[in-house]
Amino acid sequence: MSATSELKSPRQDLVPGKQPGPLGLATRYLAGQLRQIGLFIALIVIVLFFQITTNGITLAPINVSNLVIQNSYILILAIGMVMIIIAGHIDLSVGSVVAFIGAMSGVMITQWGLPWWAAIILCLILGALVGAWQGFWVAYFGIPAFIVTLAGMLAFRGAAQIALGGAQISPFPAPFRALGSGFLPAIGTSGYEPLTLIIGGVAAVALVISGLRGRAVRRKYELEDEPFAWFIVKLAFTVVLVGYVAYLLSSYSGTPIVLVVLGALVIIYASVMRNSVFGRHTYAIGGNLQAAALSGIKTKRVTFLLFVNMGVISALAGLVFTGQLNLASPSAGNGFELDAIAAVFIGGAAVTGGIGTVPGAIVGGLIIGILNNGMSILGVQTEYQSLIKGLVLLAAVAFDVFNKRRAASSIK
Amino acid sequence: MANTILEMREITKTFPGVKALQDVTLEVERGQVHAICGENGAGKSTLMKVLSGVYPAGSFDGQILLDGKAVDFKNINDSEDAGVVIIHQELALSPFLSIAENIFLGNERSKLGFIDWNDTNLEAAKLLARVGLRDNPITKIVDIGVGKQQLVEIAKALSKKVKILILDEPTAALNDDDSAHLLDLIKSLQGQGITSIIISHKLNEIKAIADKVTIIRDGKTIETLDVHAGEVSEDRIIKAMVGRDLESRYPDHTSNIGEELLRIEDWTVHHPLDATREVVHHANLNVRAGEIVGIAGLMGAGRTELAMSVFGHSYGTNISGTVYKRGTPIKTNTVSNAIKNGLAYATEDRKRYGLNLIDDIKRNISGAALNKLEHLGFVDASKETIVADKYRKDMNIKAPNVSVLTGKLSGGNQQKVVLSKWMYSDPDVLILDEPTRGIDVGAKYEIYTIINQLADQGKGVIVISSELPELLGICDRIYTLSEGRITADVPRDQATPEFLLKHMTQEREAPVNERDI
Repeated sequence: MSATSELKSPRQDLVPGKQPGPLGLATRYLAGQLRQIGLFIALIVIVLFFQITTNGITLAPINVSNLVIQNSYILILAIGMVMIIIAGHIDLSVGSVVAFIGAMSGVMITQWGLPWWAAIILCLILGALVGAWQGFWVAYFGIPAFIVTLAGMLAFRGAAQIALGGAQISPFPAPFRALGSGFLPAIGTSGYEPLTLIIGGVAAVALVISGLRGRAVRRKYELEDEPFAWFIVKLAFTVVLVGYVAYLLSSYSGTPIVLVVLGALVIIYASVMRNSVFGRHTYAIGGNLQAAALSGIKTKRVTFLLFVNMGVISALAGLVFTGQLNLASPSAGNGFELDAIAAVFIGGAAVTGGIGTVPGAIVGGLIIGILNNGMSILGVQTEYQSLIKGLVLLAAVAFDVFNKRRAASSIK
Repeated sequence: MANTILEMREITKTFPGVKALQDVTLEVERGQVHAICGENGAGKSTLMKVLSGVYPAGSFDGQILLDGKAVDFKNINDSEDAGVVIIHQELALSPFLSIAENIFLGNERSKLGFIDWNDTNLEAAKLLARVGLRDNPITKIVDIGVGKQQLVEIAKALSKKVKILILDEPTAALNDDDSAHLLDLIKSLQGQGITSIIISHKLNEIKAIADKVTIIRDGKTIETLDVHAGEVSEDRIIKAMVGRDLESRYPDHTSNIGEELLRIEDWTVHHPLDATREVVHHANLNVRAGEIVGIAGLMGAGRTELAMSVFGHSYGTNISGTVYKRGTPIKTNTVSNAIKNGLAYATEDRKRYGLNLIDDIKRNISGAALNKLEHLGFVDASKETIVADKYRKDMNIKAPNVSVLTGKLSGGNQQKVVLSKWMYSDPDVLILDEPTRGIDVGAKYEIYTIINQLADQGKGVIVISSELPELLGICDRIYTLSEGRITADVPRDQATPEFLLKHMTQEREAPVNERDI
């Protein structure tokens, strides 16, 4: 099984009855992990490529900070999208929903005079309603999600324009803007911002502990076939990466608020998808709908809730984006759905459903984000940027298909 | 006889590990209707696939002579060019194209690459007249019933200048009127010089239209009987079809039978797409604690439909009847209700309905009872692993650990995962639909042992199977099902293959006016 991009829990490629030596096992393990390894290597190669071609601008503290902030809404959308895609559906409406919610937040704050926090809460509820509307048609009425959300893409774009009356709304109050572009308050004086370093340190320790504990549990039940050396390499790499990003961020303005939001979302949704009953049901539906139904899973309700969740996540992305631009515009969020979908597929999800992970989608989103950022710094024209992103998406999925075929032929 | 149109000589076809056909010989005379009889899996369909080029020349041993000349069909096109056309049990029509388009599919009436619609529809109308269908050729296939679709298939065969028409269980999905019409048509085609080979289980039907009957058992020709010479009787055919001794392929077991666990009363189910067609008709059955009950029925008798309709109304419309557990009526209208009330259903088609093949063993095993592993909405993954690993060892699932994807397991091991999944849901009654289909002999024995263990734990087990020896080998009591009706209920010691087959093929009394709706 090569198409999962689960970064932590390894899957095996063992065929019963064969007993290869330790070196053979390790090689086979790495071959089985080719997809995940490939994804990481691709990310590193792309970062290094831009680091060299931009003369070091890519990993400059200010750019890393911008990279996080400017990609946050795509990454947020990718989290909801990967869940929808795992269930075997798709959502084309998220870009329009971003615009609609952004517009409504502007209307609520400037025209209705609501406080910023009330507007945020109302907008998230509105997002849930949008999701419930689309989820109803998909789950209970049986219209394919492609059609329902294509309709939603048109309808909510229109709704955004109607809400704004053809104009744009600006400015927004400072606390609202902080959601998109603010930083956690600095607790230190000058130089390296200590809070960010502390957060980075805590995150690194948490990663080490959870990695070791997971491995201990798997060893106990003889499920572990990940070579210890590889486990250490992976863990060390992740820890260094976290530490390095924290160091870079601390030497600029500190931790972006949206990074905290994003981090919380990743932790929550990754564990929901990996270990919650709801997550299991989502994979079961995408893997085999009929078998899921015959196992007593309420398939319609799960589908409905997935769309409600996507609506809330789209609303959050809309708020972040609006706050960041300090502007509610009818053309906001154009093409976001495509970036989010591309991130999910680059991250190893299967078009037919049942396969994909939240961390995978995040890495896929980062690859797209770094491509965007690096090419912008290099002054690549937008038409070429689009061309290159298209080819990267195709290459990633082609690699997947190739891998699957290789795995399938090795069984026989 | 000089009038032999088709001769198949010493056909032997081997699949990996199985000899599906062994020295089968078939001789068909011109202009006759020749029936082929045999149990499920006897090799009838394989023989017809050999004849129609589905299995190309070279993939089997033996010789096919058509009009006295040896032929080598490399594919279906070759055989159709020679006038041999097969109509499969599952019709191969494109639902959203018209009747005329379907008749000429792949063989379009065209001029310079463009369809000549006048010619298409005109020729189609002529062919439809030959099969006695008055529908407009531009009607879409979805808008006509299964009976008429069968006739369209025959019209399509006629358009290919058919000499030998092979029909694989043509009336299995038809109601009485449509069946009668179809049989008349086969007779009338005979008058037009078309030879028919008909595979059928229905003995009355064979007696009504066939000139000769060849019986196949275990991949071998048993005998060919001449209907007109008065050689054919139901008993004779059944004896020839069954005549095999029960080997000791079944573990010894004495059931300790207790009180009644489940009773299904007056259960009627209609076809999901055709609400006027009854698939299960006023069925009554029960199972007691510790008892293994068999349901014997031919394909299309409504076995799976009965089971799936009981299990959460997963099949059919207009379902009526009551399910009782220990004497109290229970709700089984959704799958989760059925599971809550202690039912489990292991499907006959594990790949389509039973397993998530792209997920691992442990998650498949826990799939129907995640609530047992749940804490505040999250699954206890360690406990799940322990549970799954216990089943892996107890059930002897051959895999290094429980993280192996079920798609990589053999059929027998997949079936063990399905059984583990339902055992973990801790049901009182398990309905096992074809539990040993596609499984090798060794694994079958293991599955039988598991079934016995379930009964010993005081559970009720219902086993649906096409294989009579299997039912006779493991069940305490056997129901026979024919055309959606329970036709017999016999204890094992009184059941014989002949008795079961007679009741499995028992047809409805002729005038039936009780059809509701």
